[in-house]
Amino acid sequence: MKAKPIAFGLGVAVLVVLPFVLNDFRTVQLATVGAYFIAILGLDILTGHSGQISLCHGAFMAVGGYTTAILMANHNVRDLWTIPIAAGVAGGIGLLAGVPALRLSGLYLALATFGIAVVLPTILKKFEHFTGGSTGITLFGKPTQTGHGVGVWRLTNNQWLYVLTWSIGVVLFLLAWWLLGARFGRSLRAVRDSELAAAASGVNRALYKVLAFGVSAAFAGVAGALFAINVAYVSPDTFPIQLSLYLLVGAVVGFFGSIWGAVFGALLIQFLPDIVGVFPHVDTKQAGPTTFFFGLVLVVLMLVLPLLLRLASRISNRGYLGAP
Amino acid sequence: MANFVQQVVSGLASGGIYGLLALAIVLINRSTGVINFAQGEMATLSAFLCWTLMDHGWAFWPAFAATLFLSFGGGLLLEAVVIRPIQNGPLVGIVILTIGLLIAINGLTTWIWGGAAKQFHGPFSTAPIRVGGVAFSKQDLGVIVVAFVAVGLVAALFARTRLGLALRAVAVNPLESRLVGIRASTMLAVGWGLAAALGAVAGVMAAPSLFLEPNMMQTVLLYAFAAAVLGGMESPLGAVVGGLLLGVVLNLAGTYVHWIGGELRLAVALALILGVLLVRPSGLFGRTALRRA
Repeated sequence: MKAKPIAFGLGVAVLVVLPFVLNDFRTVQLATVGAYFIAILGLDILTGHSGQISLCHGAFMAVGGYTTAILMANHNVRDLWTIPIAAGVAGGIGLLAGVPALRLSGLYLALATFGIAVVLPTILKKFEHFTGGSTGITLFGKPTQTGHGVGVWRLTNNQWLYVLTWSIGVVLFLLAWWLLGARFGRSLRAVRDSELAAAASGVNRALYKVLAFGVSAAFAGVAGALFAINVAYVSPDTFPIQLSLYLLVGAVVGFFGSIWGAVFGALLIQFLPDIVGVFPHVDTKQAGPTTFFFGLVLVVLMLVLPLLLRLASRISNRGYLGAP
Repeated sequence: MANFVQQVVSGLASGGIYGLLALAIVLINRSTGVINFAQGEMATLSAFLCWTLMDHGWAFWPAFAATLFLSFGGGLLLEAVVIRPIQNGPLVGIVILTIGLLIAINGLTTWIWGGAAKQFHGPFSTAPIRVGGVAFSKQDLGVIVVAFVAVGLVAALFARTRLGLALRAVAVNPLESRLVGIRASTMLAVGWGLAAALGAVAGVMAAPSLFLEPNMMQTVLLYAFAAAVLGGMESPLGAVVGGLLLGVVLNLAGTYVHWIGGELRLAVALALILGVLLVRPSGLFGRTALRRA
């Protein structure tokens, strides 16, 4: 038996069992983890496999979240159907962003995407009639909510959100797994490792880099849509610059280039405040300590990761970040 | 007309701050080839240090000098502890690490000093002076003068001193400069130290007009990036001129293009960054980098 299918089976089993064991509050927290998980999968595809950095995946999430919210609140579309539309809109914007990104090298791409993440909340506030401005859009109690606040089938509302998020999460994980193992993923890694060699082997470098942006943003769009459905509310502060940066932390925790680590990154984003609270003299009700430890985790990982990867590649004799 | 002049003058004043921070960014970029995303937060931390010293009864200038000294040391230390170990790795790794520093330092300042804004009494009075219907303050003038003094010092350092020559040599070719007896690692650390000190100047100059709080430099960082990109990313003079230009352009756009207003200033800066990077990556003052494919 292969190790990966077993790990996948175990993971799904854990996901199925969890809502029976946990209380309602933890269940809805895990639903949010599912949304982060999907966004980090997307970031892994882009940064880990195609080598293009993005500091604006929170902004792509915002595009998805606002698409869902606007459709649900103003156009009477049921929440489930908004999810593929959110993926399409975010994916389309991702494709558009991917074209200028072709001309920017790593450093400047980081700079430009950082700028997008900083600017997006101000744009959301500016176009008030469309986005609800600073107050945002409330979805709670809207008839287009499937859970409607009371639950679906025999699940509580929170259990329903968990089932919805993680079913989509598992499907998207399988999709990412398949994509990255197929021609698409091989081409991305070839372009990442050497554009020249990839081009010489007949890989269309521009096409694959732009596609990576589109696919990755579509994942983030789904994540944003689910985020909006889970919280039943969107506002510019739902998708601050910090979200984009934390997603990067999550993706680094999950080891760039391995979608298997994404779940750890997602768990960290959600539960770091709780973990930090374990230390003495740390008040997690303040914003400072949690933020500090987020940064510290990222700094330490960046220092330790090269060593770990060197070790891992020596053990498996596979080369850095080799397998999907 | 008076309004136009007024907008230009206050644009120059805020532009001076963007220019100072851009100068720090350019310095690190020039000596190590990295964009330091933590530069704004480092500046805020320095401003808080200065505020704390003054809160303990120090006068401004000694507190400022001590802050510069401490920031320089902090920059050296930061380079030695967290940057050096991955210096030879991919640049993107170092950039991600500076993003980690951004988050960590922001958390640290919030943790220590709390989120509430603090009044910061700088060396220059903020009381308005009126000349022919145009209001400005000594603070505004002071910022612009300080920006030009800083760029003069940096330019002189690079052009006239052995240290500056060594810094440039390491930036161009670390291996060969080591062969002629320059300690490359020391030079990289000095680059970070200098940038941290320059950032401290930016933070302390910004604090009186922006009010001191942990997120003070967060938007300024984007403006400083825009200024640095506009100035060509490796020219100190370009950074300061880019900053002043940006300050004026933002103010005029905000005043005369009514749909931009105050809210879309950041968007204008982003558009400028993207425009310059896509159309003329070497900016106004930079040289076009040549490389082999």
